[in-house]
Amino acid sequence: MKFIIIYLQNLTLKPSKKFFELVPNGITSMITFVGLGLRDSRDITLKGLEAVKKADRVYAEFYTSRLSAGIEELEKEFGRKIEVLERKDLEEESWKIVNEGAEKNVVILVPGDPMIATTHASIVIEAKKRGVKVGIIHNASIISAVAGITGLHIYRFGKTATVSYPYGDTVSRTPLDVIKQNLSINAHTLLLLDLNPEPMTIPEAVTILKRVDDGTLNHFAVGIARAGGDSFIVCDNFYRLKNYDFGEPLHSIVFLGKTLHITEYEFLREFASPPDNLAEIVE
Amino acid sequence: MTRAKKMVDRIKELMHQPDRIRNMGIVAHIDHGKTTLSDNLLAGAGMISEELAGRQLYLDFDSQEQERGITINSASVSMVHEYKGEDYLINLIDTPGHVDFGGEVTRAMRAVDGVIVVVDAVEGIMPQTETVLRQALKENVKPVLFVNKVDRLIRELEVTPEEMQKRFVKVISDVNKFIKAVNPQKYEEWKLDVTNGSVAFGSALYNWAVSVPSMQETGVGFKEVYDYLKADNSKELAKKSPLFKVVLDMVIRHLPSPIEAQKRRISTIWRGDLESDVGKAMLNCDPKGPVALMITKIVTDPHAGEIAVGRLFSGTLKAGTELHILDKKAKNRAQTVGLFMGPRRVEVDEIPAGNIVAIVGLKDASAGSTCSTSEDMEPFESIKHYSEPVVTMAIEAKNPRDLPKLIEVLRKLAKEDPTLQVTLNEETGEHLISGMGELHLEVKVERIRRDFGLEVNTSPPIVVFRETVTTVSPSVEGKSPNKHNRFYIVVEPCPEEVIRRFKEGEIDMRMDKKERRRLLQEAGLPGEEAAGIQEYFEGNIFVDVTKGIQYLNETMELILEGFREAMQAGPVAREPVHGLKVKLVDCKLHEDAVHRGPAQVIPAVRSAIFAAMLQARPALLEPMQKVYITVPQEMMGAVTREIQGRRGQILEIESEGDAVTVIAKAPVKEMFGFAGAIRGATSGKAIWSVEFAGFEQVPQNLFEQFVMEVRQRKGLKLEIPKPEDFIG
Repeated sequence: MKFIIIYLQNLTLKPSKKFFELVPNGITSMITFVGLGLRDSRDITLKGLEAVKKADRVYAEFYTSRLSAGIEELEKEFGRKIEVLERKDLEEESWKIVNEGAEKNVVILVPGDPMIATTHASIVIEAKKRGVKVGIIHNASIISAVAGITGLHIYRFGKTATVSYPYGDTVSRTPLDVIKQNLSINAHTLLLLDLNPEPMTIPEAVTILKRVDDGTLNHFAVGIARAGGDSFIVCDNFYRLKNYDFGEPLHSIVFLGKTLHITEYEFLREFASPPDNLAEIVE
Repeated sequence: MTRAKKMVDRIKELMHQPDRIRNMGIVAHIDHGKTTLSDNLLAGAGMISEELAGRQLYLDFDSQEQERGITINSASVSMVHEYKGEDYLINLIDTPGHVDFGGEVTRAMRAVDGVIVVVDAVEGIMPQTETVLRQALKENVKPVLFVNKVDRLIRELEVTPEEMQKRFVKVISDVNKFIKAVNPQKYEEWKLDVTNGSVAFGSALYNWAVSVPSMQETGVGFKEVYDYLKADNSKELAKKSPLFKVVLDMVIRHLPSPIEAQKRRISTIWRGDLESDVGKAMLNCDPKGPVALMITKIVTDPHAGEIAVGRLFSGTLKAGTELHILDKKAKNRAQTVGLFMGPRRVEVDEIPAGNIVAIVGLKDASAGSTCSTSEDMEPFESIKHYSEPVVTMAIEAKNPRDLPKLIEVLRKLAKEDPTLQVTLNEETGEHLISGMGELHLEVKVERIRRDFGLEVNTSPPIVVFRETVTTVSPSVEGKSPNKHNRFYIVVEPCPEEVIRRFKEGEIDMRMDKKERRRLLQEAGLPGEEAAGIQEYFEGNIFVDVTKGIQYLNETMELILEGFREAMQAGPVAREPVHGLKVKLVDCKLHEDAVHRGPAQVIPAVRSAIFAAMLQARPALLEPMQKVYITVPQEMMGAVTREIQGRRGQILEIESEGDAVTVIAKAPVKEMFGFAGAIRGATSGKAIWSVEFAGFEQVPQNLFEQFVMEVRQRKGLKLEIPKPEDFIG
C-alpha cells in the first residue's frame, strides 16, 4: 500500500511521463498490457517477455484479435501459466483486475498492439482513477503492418472500419460510410473483419457489404491474409475478391483510394497480381 | 346419394357464388343460448337430426366443452339454406362468451362479415354481450339481433303482452345505443329495426322464432305467440314458425355477402395499398387474384394434425398451393383444403375467395398469420386483443421423462391460442403458462391431461402484475460494458390515450409519419416526442429526442432490443412493464461498429432504463375484475361480505323483483377461489360472471409485500434493487 501512495504522489506531480513505463524499481504492483504482435508466440518483444517473466499473474485475451498460436504454445515459449480472460472479465468485471493490480504485478497479453482495440482504454482510465499504475509494451499491429505488406503509403490511409456480422437483418452501413469519407479525400480504407463468433473471411465480408452498397464499392481493393505469417495478398476489383481462396484467417481488406502513387502501384504489381487496368488509377 | 353427400355437393356449388354466401358468427353473454341456437340452425338446415339438436350441442365438440356446458373453441361449420327459392351457403363460426376466452372471439370476428347478437329476453344486455359486440363493431362486422328465451318471460315472469313488448323495445334500444356509441358512422345503416326484420324473437331451445317479415308470411304474430305459450304448446309454434327459417332468412336478408362486405371491410382490417393487385383482388373478392388468407384458428386433429382455419379474402386455394406465411417468413404447401361440417372436415378440390377454409399442411402458420401466394403482400393487421394475460401458473410433468412431450404440447397449445403465453422461468427451470383468467388456464390444463394424456402438476394460479412509474426520472447514464457507448435515458408515465391508440390499432409504427405524429400529439405527446417515436411495445413507448447523432440510425434496432428486454421484465420484481415512456435524450457511440454491437448496446440501454425507473417512484399495477352477482334479496349481506373480504368495492346494486344484482370491482389476485366461496355463502343460489376491468395501482401499503412475494417466488434477492445495482 505504501508504494501506491508514493506512486500516487508521483502521479500528481508529473503524471504523463511516468505513467506508461516498464515496472520501475521499487514498484511491485501494477498492470502491464503486453502486445503479442501479429502472428505467433515468437512475436513478443524482449521487454514484453521480461515483463511476463517478472509478473505475479499472467492473463491473456483473444477477443479483440487472435494469434495463430494456441495458449499451450505461448505457455511453453514463455515458461508461464497463462489464464485466458473473457470479454466480461475486462468489461463488466474489470474492477477485479484493477483490484488485483493494486497488489500484484499483473500482465495482460493482447495480440497486436494492446491499445489499438480501443476497448482497453477504459481499464487504463479506471486504474488511473483508483491510483493503480499501468504500463503498456507496444508491438506491431495490422494498422502498421498493412503498409509493409501492401506497399501502400501509411500517409495515404484514412479512417479504419470493421465489417461486422449483421444483427438480425441489419447490416451496419458504417464501413461503407467510412470508405466514402476516405474516398472524398482520396485515402485508402483499412477494413478489419469481425472475429466473433468466427473470424470473418474476405468473401464473407464482400457478401455482407454488397447488401448496403450504393455503387461505391465497384473499385479496386487489396485482400490480405495472415499478416505477419505466410501472408498472401491479392489486388482486384472489390467484388472479385470473393472468388479467391485466401486460406486460413485472419483476413483484412484495404479499399483503395481513388488514385495510387506510382510506387504504390509498382509494389502491388510485384506482389499482389493486380489486373492490368489497375494502371489506369495511377496518378 | 346420402343426405350428407348431397349437402356437400350443394355446398361445393355455392362456394363459387359469393353473392350467395354469408359468413357469420353468433355472439352472446354466457348462457344466453348461443350454442343451442347454433345447433337448432344446423338441424333446421339438415346438418344434424332435429331430435338431437338442443341436446347434443353440436358445435361444442370438445368433450370438455360439453361437460362445462360452455363453448370454448370457436369451431366453424357450413350449411345450406333456401331463401325465396334460391340456395345460400352459410358459414357459421361459433364463439365463446366467457370473458376468459376473449382472444378467440376477437379472432373469429376477423373471419366473419356479420353476427347474430343473442340476448336473453329476461336478463337483457349483459356486460359480455357488450364486450363481444364491441369487438364485432370495431372489426366493421354488421349485427342483427335475436331476442332469445321469450318463453321464460311468459312462463316464468308471467308478463302481460304489453310488458313483453316493452321489454323488447328496451333490449333493441339498448343494442342500438351501443352501436351508435361504438360505430357512429355506421349507425344509420346498421340500426336495428323490428319493422325491416333485422330483429327476431323466439326460443332457441323450443325451436321457434318470429320476426315482422315472418309474421306477414305465416300469420303468426306476437299475439299468437303469447297464446301458444300460455297454452304450453311450443311444439305447434315451432312447426308454424320454425326458428331456423326465421333466423336464417334474417341472416340472408340483412347480413352482407362477402362481395358487399369486402368492399367496405378491407380498409378496416388491412393497411396495404388498395390500388395494388392484391388490394383490388380483395376489394372485389376475386377468385382469380393472388391468395390472401387470414388464419383465425389452429385446431389439432388426431389424424390430420394441425389444421389452420381462416378466411380467404382473394384467390382460389387448391391442394398443393404454395403459400408464404408472411409473419414467419416461411413457405408451406397446402396439403389438403376443405371445410367443416361440425367436427367433420370435408376435403374439396378447391375453394374460392369469400369462404372460410380449413387447410392441412401450413405448419408454420399460427392464429393471426397472413398467408399469400405473393411474397411481398402487406400482412393483415395483427388481430387486436382487448384482454391481456393476467394469470399465471407453473406446470410440470408428473413424470420427469415426459418433459419433452410437455414442451411439445405447450408449444401446440400456444400456437392454437395466442392469448396463452408459455414461458420458461430460467431461474427455476419451471414452465409457466399465462392466460386471461383462472378458468382459461384450468381448461388448458384439462386439455393437456385429457387430449394429450399427460399427467401434470400445476401450482395455484398467480396474478401477473405490471411494473410502472409514477413520476419523471432524472436523466440516467447507461454505459456499455466496454464503457465506450453511453445512453442518456429519462422515463416517465406515458399518457394513457397514447397507449390506448396503439393498443387498439388507431396508431401503428407502419403508418404515414406525419399522420402518426399528428395523432400522437392529439393524444397528448409533445411535438418533439411525437416526431421521435421509435417503438410501441406491450403498453410502453420509446421516443428518441436526440438530434444529429452519427451512427444512431444503425444502432437504433439494438437500442430498441434493450428497451423491449427491459419492458418484458422490469427491475422491481421482473414483472412486465406497462405505461412507460422511455426517452433517449442523448447518446455517445463508438466510431466502429464492432464496438457498439448487441453485447454492448442492449445491456447498456436496459440497465439505464432500470436505473431510471427506480428513480421515478416505481409502482405495481394489478389486474382488476368487475363482478356481477345476482342473488335473492335476503342473501345480499353474504355477497357484500364476500366482496369486501376480497379488497372489493361495490359499485352498484340493482334490484328487480326479489332478485338483487350486485356489481363490484375487485383485484383478480383476491378473486381466486371465489367460485367455491360464493357457492358456499349463498347455498349455490348466486348467478355470477366476471369481466376484465383493466389494471389499477396496488395500494402503497401493500406494494412492498407484493413485490417480496413475487421476488421470493422467482428466487430473487428479497430486497428492492437500487439504481446503483444497474449503473455502478
